[in-house]
Amino acid sequence: MKLASLSRAALVVASIIAFASPSAQTAAPAADKNLARNLAANCANCHGTGGKSVAEVPSLAGAPANVTIQKMKDYRDGKLPATIMHQLAKGYTDEQIALIADYFAKQPK
Amino acid sequence: MKHINQTRRDLVKGAGAVGILGTAAFAGGCASVGGSAKPKVVVVGGGFGGATAAKYIAMWSERKIDVTLVERGDQFISCPMSNLVVGGSSTLDKISVAYGGLDKYGVRRVKGEAVGFDATKKTLSLADGTTLPYDRLILSPGIDFMYEALPGLATGEAKSRVLAAWKAGPETVALRNQLTAMKDGGVYAIHIPKAPYRCPPGPYERACQVAWYFQQAKPKSKVLILDANEDVVSKKGLFTKAWNGQYKGIIEYRNNQEITDVDARTLSLKMAFGDDVKADVLNVLPPMRAGNIAAMNGLNNSNKRWCQIDWLTYESTAVPGVHILGDSLQIAPAMPKSGHMANQHGKVCAAAVIELLTGGQVNQTPMVANTCYSFIDDKNVVHVASVHRYDAAQKTMVTVQGAGGLSAEQNALEGVYANSWAKNIWADMLA
Repeated sequence: MKLASLSRAALVVASIIAFASPSAQTAAPAADKNLARNLAANCANCHGTGGKSVAEVPSLAGAPANVTIQKMKDYRDGKLPATIMHQLAKGYTDEQIALIADYFAKQPK
Repeated sequence: MKHINQTRRDLVKGAGAVGILGTAAFAGGCASVGGSAKPKVVVVGGGFGGATAAKYIAMWSERKIDVTLVERGDQFISCPMSNLVVGGSSTLDKISVAYGGLDKYGVRRVKGEAVGFDATKKTLSLADGTTLPYDRLILSPGIDFMYEALPGLATGEAKSRVLAAWKAGPETVALRNQLTAMKDGGVYAIHIPKAPYRCPPGPYERACQVAWYFQQAKPKSKVLILDANEDVVSKKGLFTKAWNGQYKGIIEYRNNQEITDVDARTLSLKMAFGDDVKADVLNVLPPMRAGNIAAMNGLNNSNKRWCQIDWLTYESTAVPGVHILGDSLQIAPAMPKSGHMANQHGKVCAAAVIELLTGGQVNQTPMVANTCYSFIDDKNVVHVASVHRYDAAQKTMVTVQGAGGLSAEQNALEGVYANSWAKNIWADMLA
């Protein structure tokens, strides 16, 4: 069965089943269309609403997702020097980082 | 004002869309009076929590929800960065932001003092007699002081002699003026109540800022930190390094300093144990509790001081339909009462309230992060950071293991980032 052929109601049912299954970790993002937006809002305090900074800290809006993902991983692994990002990057899973990076990539610069 | 905004919104949306929404809401039997069929959110308090929630509900719902922000002040004045005004390296003007930036999102602003609400009729009452209908009410009232614990500060005159200056504004400037008027060789004493209180590192940052001022202008003067807590509550290693380093001989720290009262006439503290302590400038942070509108209306269901909520929606566990943000909360483990945290509460609550009002699914895995910068002098800064996730089993927010931490040492680069943080978070709330 193709995803595209599923009705909205069926998608909701699929999500509920996915939540109940042991593999809920990977299914959760698809179940919540606003999860990426909500996670990315964690970053806005320092990087600006929608990732558009109005001060010295760099903007994230419009940054390619792979660049943001790599930076977050490098912060987490201590490969990129930081004052604070090495500590904050450790707070998010790979899946969450990918969602956040993808969200910012789609925001206007 | 309301009608002008309403007209503009309707024009933007197009009459057809409004009509469809209106029909649907009336058919559901849940339409509010007043001609608009959009769900109504009223937010009380234009600080870090409330202004953020108001902006994000309007922005994320694309105006499908009517948002009204009730605020008593003419402009936002930031508590974070206000210790720089006390120390003299900043001004009140530099830490103030106008509310007008919210207009472009369609947030209706009402200037007034919210005094109560009727959870059955779903109306909020203002001091001037106005009532505002709501489908969801969000309160972000910050803290108020438990002056009943300090009878010596009962009068307005006593409060003006012994300032708290723990809500940024005229008191911040008044404390600065007391310091500039003080003779060289005088003692500034700050009393810190037992935790929890607003902004855990704030009192220690203030002590540093006053010491920085004394170093330059009044080198014979001293700073005395009288802490009711057993130990430095936040950033201990970083602060004590400064007190034993650049502020050696200026700042003295004493722990376990509980007080029973304050004598505003003699500027002295009545200690629970030992002799009275006198100062030339006495700064007392009284014990704190949830802001008045929450505390006076039965929302303070944790020790009668703080408010318990559902961490997925920020809805009160005491009164349905009422959400609470920021410093008024009975905070989750290791979550500070900070402006940054309140801003993050505001966004989680905004997302949840939109889903609740539009029949969507509330996020079951909310995350929040905290960053607190403290200025050691006018340029060098230290931080503490943490990341928190929702734990479904414990039904609270818990810190993500291994994440977060402190600055290695004070540094000027973080001074740049702290100023940048202020500009971005103020814009995230208000621009």
